[in-house]
Amino acid sequence: MSNNFSKKRTQIKYEQRRPALWDRLLDPLLSINAWLTYLFLYLPIAILIMFSFSASSFSTVWGGFSVEWYIKLFHDAEIAAALRNTLIVASVSTLMATLIGTMAALAITKFRFRGQNMIEATLNLPIILPDIVQGISLLILFALILNISRGLGTIIIAHVVFNIAYVAIIVGARLRGFDRSLEEASMDLGATPWQTFWKITFPLIWPGILSAALLAFTLSLDEFVITFFVTGPGATTLPIEIYSLIKRGVTPEINALTTLMLLVSILLVSLSILLQRRRLS
Amino acid sequence: MEGKKARDPWVLLLLPSLVWLGLFFFVPLVIILVISVLQRGEAGVVHWQLDFSAYARLFETANVRAILRSMLIAAVTTGFCLLVGYPLAYYIARRSSRWRQWLHFLVLLPLWTNSIVLMYAWIILLRHEGIFENILAFFGWANAGTILYTPAAIVIGLSYWYLPFMVYPIYNSVEKFDFTLMEAAHDLGATRFQAFHKILLPLTMPGVIAGTLLVFISSLGTFVVPFMLGGDKTLMFGNLIQQRFLSIPQDWPLGAALSVIMLVLISSGIGYYLKITKRHA
Repeated sequence: MSNNFSKKRTQIKYEQRRPALWDRLLDPLLSINAWLTYLFLYLPIAILIMFSFSASSFSTVWGGFSVEWYIKLFHDAEIAAALRNTLIVASVSTLMATLIGTMAALAITKFRFRGQNMIEATLNLPIILPDIVQGISLLILFALILNISRGLGTIIIAHVVFNIAYVAIIVGARLRGFDRSLEEASMDLGATPWQTFWKITFPLIWPGILSAALLAFTLSLDEFVITFFVTGPGATTLPIEIYSLIKRGVTPEINALTTLMLLVSILLVSLSILLQRRRLS
Repeated sequence: MEGKKARDPWVLLLLPSLVWLGLFFFVPLVIILVISVLQRGEAGVVHWQLDFSAYARLFETANVRAILRSMLIAAVTTGFCLLVGYPLAYYIARRSSRWRQWLHFLVLLPLWTNSIVLMYAWIILLRHEGIFENILAFFGWANAGTILYTPAAIVIGLSYWYLPFMVYPIYNSVEKFDFTLMEAAHDLGATRFQAFHKILLPLTMPGVIAGTLLVFISSLGTFVVPFMLGGDKTLMFGNLIQQRFLSIPQDWPLGAALSVIMLVLISSGIGYYLKITKRHA
């Protein structure tokens, strides 16, 4: 009955008037816009990956398939050193930011207190304010005021600043998603806050913490601008290395290196997002 | 005193993050503010003497020109992102939920990867005798000129990098939109364009404003995009700051004053954004 009714209604609609030309063109135009935008977003990445496998040493001419540049890459001592530095910076800054950021998220979501919104907004500022100002101001702090030599240590300090914010946001979202009365029940039954955290809270929020850590690691791995200003001699990270290689001239070896960096970032970020999507069981 | 201590251990969890941000984010910003009102010394250093002349030097032609150019480039980028981003957000929001997740993820993904790597991919595409020129030549458009190191390259790079900032908030408001309203308008005789203009657009305006502000302030504060794609002739705000601190002729108070102005502009944009989102929340 109702089926019949809706059929009738549609018929009437079509009889009344034909859609205007503009209306009929709208859907195809929307699709074209979408596909062109995805082409715009992924064509540069596709071409970069393609030319990293080209045998030609000109990075705009295809010279047949080859993994020559990848092999060269793995024998490059300079790049190995940059990789080592990058991994040290990313691991240490991720550990520190995950610890500090998780603590902040626990405090923010646990209690309502005065100035809470302001503290949350404050923690997010390093994400929003321009990296150039953060980089320059830290450089002046390190070089002029504290007079400490710049290197891996100063890069780690700088990376922890912005990563605290990302960790606090992701872990905070996870904490808001579960029933805090479980914690209260545990405390009422005589568990200490410490026991409650490890027995109740942590098992429920660990996917959030791991997701935050993965994202922090990726962001540290990829950070260029702030690192550019607070780095010192001998403390070259991969993005800085890539920058100085580009300044020396575009080569297929950079294509191989940048392809690997892109794929690693994409993998880590995808894992991080998958973990965030995991339902609370 | 004792009682208060026992009640507040959770708030202590905030201490590490606030100390870290205080030392390595706020103190550096205060230092910048202080430097902006000091006297310019030789070779980049400053004299500890109160002097507001840096703010007067902001009005020198080269500085005014760079700031206006930045605003123009940011405005063109924002316009382009809106033109492409709104239809894209609409397109994604109308897909089935499975497709929606993927399409949305694919828009955001490049943002979580390496800025230097992506800018390098655009260098390969846009440089002299690069792939873009080859494609133009293939269509008989030889000698169209090289785009790399022009303002056009910066607009392309910024649009690429900040498009997700436009799509994300618009997508969120289109997704919340009740599409039966559009059908109602249609049944009442409105064309799709009229329904868009009178119903969809006004109701998704908060997302449009949020996206516009985010793209504009991010483009205004950018450093890495003009640094990689802009060349020496197209200085933007962020590059000007870097140059006054690190390149000859150094002028730290001027660099600091430029940073202060950039922060004021961006903070007022964020303030406006918060006001808008709060009103519509």
